[in-house]
Amino acid sequence: MRKLKEFIIEKLILICGLASIFFVVLIFLFLLKEGLAVFKTVSPFKFLFSRSWYPISEPPQLGILPLILGSLLITAGAAIISIPIGIGCAIYIAEIAPLKVKEVLKAGIELLAAIPSVVLGFIGMVTLVPLVRTMFHLPTGLTALSGSIMLAFMAMPTIVSIAEDALYSVPKTYKEGAFALGATHWQMIWRVMLPAASGGMLAAIMLGIGRVIGETMAVMMITGNAAVIPNSILIPVRTLTATIAAEMGEAVTGSEHYFALFAIGIVLFIISFAINVTADILLHKRQ
Amino acid sequence: MTQIKFNIKGLNIWFGSIYALRQISMDILANEILSVIGPSNSGKTTFLRMLNRLNDLSQNFRMNGTVMLMGRDIRGIDAELLRKRVGMVFALPLVLPLSIFDNTAYGLRMHGIKNMKILKNKIEESLREAHLWEEVKDRLDEEAFKLSGGQQQRLCIARTLAVEPEVILFDEPCSGLDPISTAKVEDTMVKLKQKYTVVLVTNNVKQAARVGDRTAFFLNGELIELDTTDKIFTVPKDKRTDDYIRGKFG
Repeated sequence: MRKLKEFIIEKLILICGLASIFFVVLIFLFLLKEGLAVFKTVSPFKFLFSRSWYPISEPPQLGILPLILGSLLITAGAAIISIPIGIGCAIYIAEIAPLKVKEVLKAGIELLAAIPSVVLGFIGMVTLVPLVRTMFHLPTGLTALSGSIMLAFMAMPTIVSIAEDALYSVPKTYKEGAFALGATHWQMIWRVMLPAASGGMLAAIMLGIGRVIGETMAVMMITGNAAVIPNSILIPVRTLTATIAAEMGEAVTGSEHYFALFAIGIVLFIISFAINVTADILLHKRQ
Repeated sequence: MTQIKFNIKGLNIWFGSIYALRQISMDILANEILSVIGPSNSGKTTFLRMLNRLNDLSQNFRMNGTVMLMGRDIRGIDAELLRKRVGMVFALPLVLPLSIFDNTAYGLRMHGIKNMKILKNKIEESLREAHLWEEVKDRLDEEAFKLSGGQQQRLCIARTLAVEPEVILFDEPCSGLDPISTAKVEDTMVKLKQKYTVVLVTNNVKQAARVGDRTAFFLNGELIELDTTDKIFTVPKDKRTDDYIRGKFG
């Protein structure tokens, strides 16, 4: 009787484990099946590198280069803002802040992570967008810059918490060794902590960037969504994610446009996958 | 009259609610090797880490009493400056993933010395003092990890010597080493006392007997006895000292 019970529980757990893998594989296959169909009409090269995205013109023009560049521009902007602030914040929390300040800061960072992206987008729309418009005297504040700033806020919690973890796990003996040679606090951080934690810090950055690339709602609300090749950070752009979210509802099932949106999904999937794998390798190299 | 390097008066140390050192008063003389022995949790490492203020890094650290280095309260000296004057060698050789040369130059570079000629001279001098020069002079550019455990520990000693300290603290420097490497490190320590003051914390009672000029015995945070090594090991005044060195406890 007991053996039977063991057997049933074991198998149930096995099924749970397999189910998650099964669903992932299913989703991936579906994505591939729908997405690859677009390449019957457009060559992959043309899809990735031609400059115009007019999916409902006749014949449809399905070049996602402006969308890729839009995503990259906004991501780069967000990275430039969030990496220094995030890493600085992690160093402060891990090494400098007194215990009480540290607790308050960590709670604050967690709170920031808990704000739903649509709320951040909404707040950005009514505060940041007008600010950017008046500051740079633009016709509209819905620009790549606004998107980058907003996304930087979203990437920050990820970067801070993982980087702080990496700093925290540097062996105490390293720190003491540096201090015992007469290092100042900053010399210790710069010459010992940062090199020793570099793997984890890079992973933190990668995961932060991964979050930015995949983000949809906030960017859709504040970047203006114009599918043009960006030549400045002060003009509206459109990202890969926003394109799918905005157009999927109107695309006719089975049309080229529909397949193209799935293909964009594949491109996004590949980008996120590459980022996550890189982060994973960096994290494990450390241990 | 021998010069007094450290003068310690009424030193008490707490970590939170743990009373780690109780009313320690003693002197450490210049150019002596002072061995500090005692079972684990006796406070001997806390005592050592007091001398270069490494305890300051611990949370909940509290102290009273005074520790004077050459007549100046060490709490009135910049911690960085103090630690440059009072170097420390740890239990496990703390070798960095750099070349032998860069490992030895680490402290010097941190203190702003960049001139290659000065660095080279200083490094040769330090490695000679640590009795490692002959073994590594032809391969200074090799990774320091390739050295044996004993060589790594002597490399750490050289790195500490390079910043020109007055006092060197050894925290169980041979705990991870084989007998031959241990003998070499001990040999190095004995030669170092001509120029430096050496404080050695060790779990190895025989090591204290071999290298120490004087020996201090700590138990439960108290200094039980401090005398010349000969006396401690032949006619200890306190029964607990006698029991410990005979291996009855600890």
